Amino acid sequence: MTDQAGEQPVRSERAGDVAVVYAGEYLNKLSGERVERECRRRLEEGCRALVLDFRQTGMVNSIGVSILLGVIDAAERAGASVVFSAVQHQAAQVFEMLGLTRHVRIAKNRTDALAQIANSAAVGVAPNKTK
Amino acid sequence: MPTAETAKLIHAFAALADLGEEIAATRDFDQMVRSTLHVVLGALGIRRGAVAECDAAAGELRFVAAWGMGDDAPASLSFDPRLLEESLRDSADPAHFFERHLKSNFRAELERLKVGLVVPLVVHGELVGAIMLGGKATEEAFTPEEREVVATMARHIGVGIYNHRLLREVERRAQENRKLYEDLRAVYRNTVRAFAIAIDCKDKYTQGHSERVGKYTEIIARELGWGEEEVDDIAIGGYLHDVGKLIVDRDIINAPYKIDAKQSSELNRHPAAGFEILSPLHQIDDVIPTVARYHHERIDGRGYPEGLTGEQIPLCAKIVSAADAFDAMTTDRTYKRRKEFPEVVEDFRKTTGKQFAPEVVVALFSAILKEVDGETRERRFARLLGRDYLQPDLYRPLIVELLAELGQGERAAAETA
Repeated sequence: MTDQAGEQPVRSERAGDVAVVYAGEYLNKLSGERVERECRRRLEEGCRALVLDFRQTGMVNSIGVSILLGVIDAAERAGASVVFSAVQHQAAQVFEMLGLTRHVRIAKNRTDALAQIANSAAVGVAPNKTK
Repeated sequence: MPTAETAKLIHAFAALADLGEEIAATRDFDQMVRSTLHVVLGALGIRRGAVAECDAAAGELRFVAAWGMGDDAPASLSFDPRLLEESLRDSADPAHFFERHLKSNFRAELERLKVGLVVPLVVHGELVGAIMLGGKATEEAFTPEEREVVATMARHIGVGIYNHRLLREVERRAQENRKLYEDLRAVYRNTVRAFAIAIDCKDKYTQGHSERVGKYTEIIARELGWGEEEVDDIAIGGYLHDVGKLIVDRDIINAPYKIDAKQSSELNRHPAAGFEILSPLHQIDDVIPTVARYHHERIDGRGYPEGLTGEQIPLCAKIVSAADAFDAMTTDRTYKRRKEFPEVVEDFRKTTGKQFAPEVVVALFSAILKEVDGETRERRFARLLGRDYLQPDLYRPLIVELLAELGQGERAAAETA
């Protein structure tokens, strides 16, 4: 999916009412804003859960973190849950340190993320609350 | 493997580097503030926040960027500007005013926005804004070290806002100066026009001649691709080209008969006299006295006052010379009706390369052709010559033919060279 002419595309896909959005190699202002726009677009489409896949993401800077917090906030306002999947070590450390992991669930990979969402839907777990 | 504290420190340092880059590299003010807010939030994992710019005179904290506040963020928060003035009288530090008055003034609003930490942005003793932060994603309180990180970042953001303000002020003043300059240019042009009218008053047969020559000159120069300021200068040269006539006896200028050699010699002094009048005026461009001096020179050397030939004649004088002749041919005089357009074309065909420079004549008739073909919005020739003078259906072929002939002539000359 390309959201703006001339910009690097943000890959995303739908799996039922779940959207999987793939972050790029470096999550900074430019790429972060593209991911954010794509997430908001998917929420507006009516997705009930977002999977943010970080399999390619080696680095996340401060602006990237802030933008992800905004995505979490937007999902909460829309009543949707957020799962971070395939988070690499360095990014995982940053997310843990800054408390993002308190507001999202963590999955090993995309399949695991979709399974977690399916399970929580089956047992009626409130979105994003893992504490 | 770094400890958690070291990892936080490294992340904060990296964020400081991001902050410097955003402040230095982002020209758009709102975008710069939005990015710096992101850096602060992302440095400490803060979920919501805003940056407001202070307008001390209006008593307003205007929200420039807000994040994670949904629709809650107001456009601005107002305060009594007199309070700030009074506070600054008591203490030079506006941070005191901020702590003493604004925080309590806005308490309810800050609670509604779930803002827990407010830091004033103070630069050179001036309150330039404030940064307002909500809670951290960890849901823990800010540590003293984190407050120090925020304070450090706030200083940088304050400087960024302060510098952008300075830039805006410089741009505003530059715009004011441009406007002042434009106004002065307009006064200058109008004064020159008035002076041109005064020159023409001396010659009862050529009312409005100088002004029209100025206008034709402007058209030709523009057609030749001259820049705006150069066009302005040469147009003024056109308006003032006959200023030297002020020293010529009115009876000679207005003689209804062929003047004798002595009178002719007197009349022919006007280009040199014009140069003498204009050249001491150091504020005007050199082109203006040059035009006055050489507008009666001819390419073939039979002109006056110096009998220059070809390239010896400055281009500005060649332009005004053609404009001067075009107006003389196309306006009625008491003793002579104006020529019809085909005659004008024929005159220029015969005299180009002898009296007039081909490139100038090409520019003049190209401009006419553009107007005839409706390529220009302004119908300047129609206004100067009268609506019915240029009859496109009849005369367009004549113009095209003349231009083709002059174009071929130029090519042939180039080939020979």
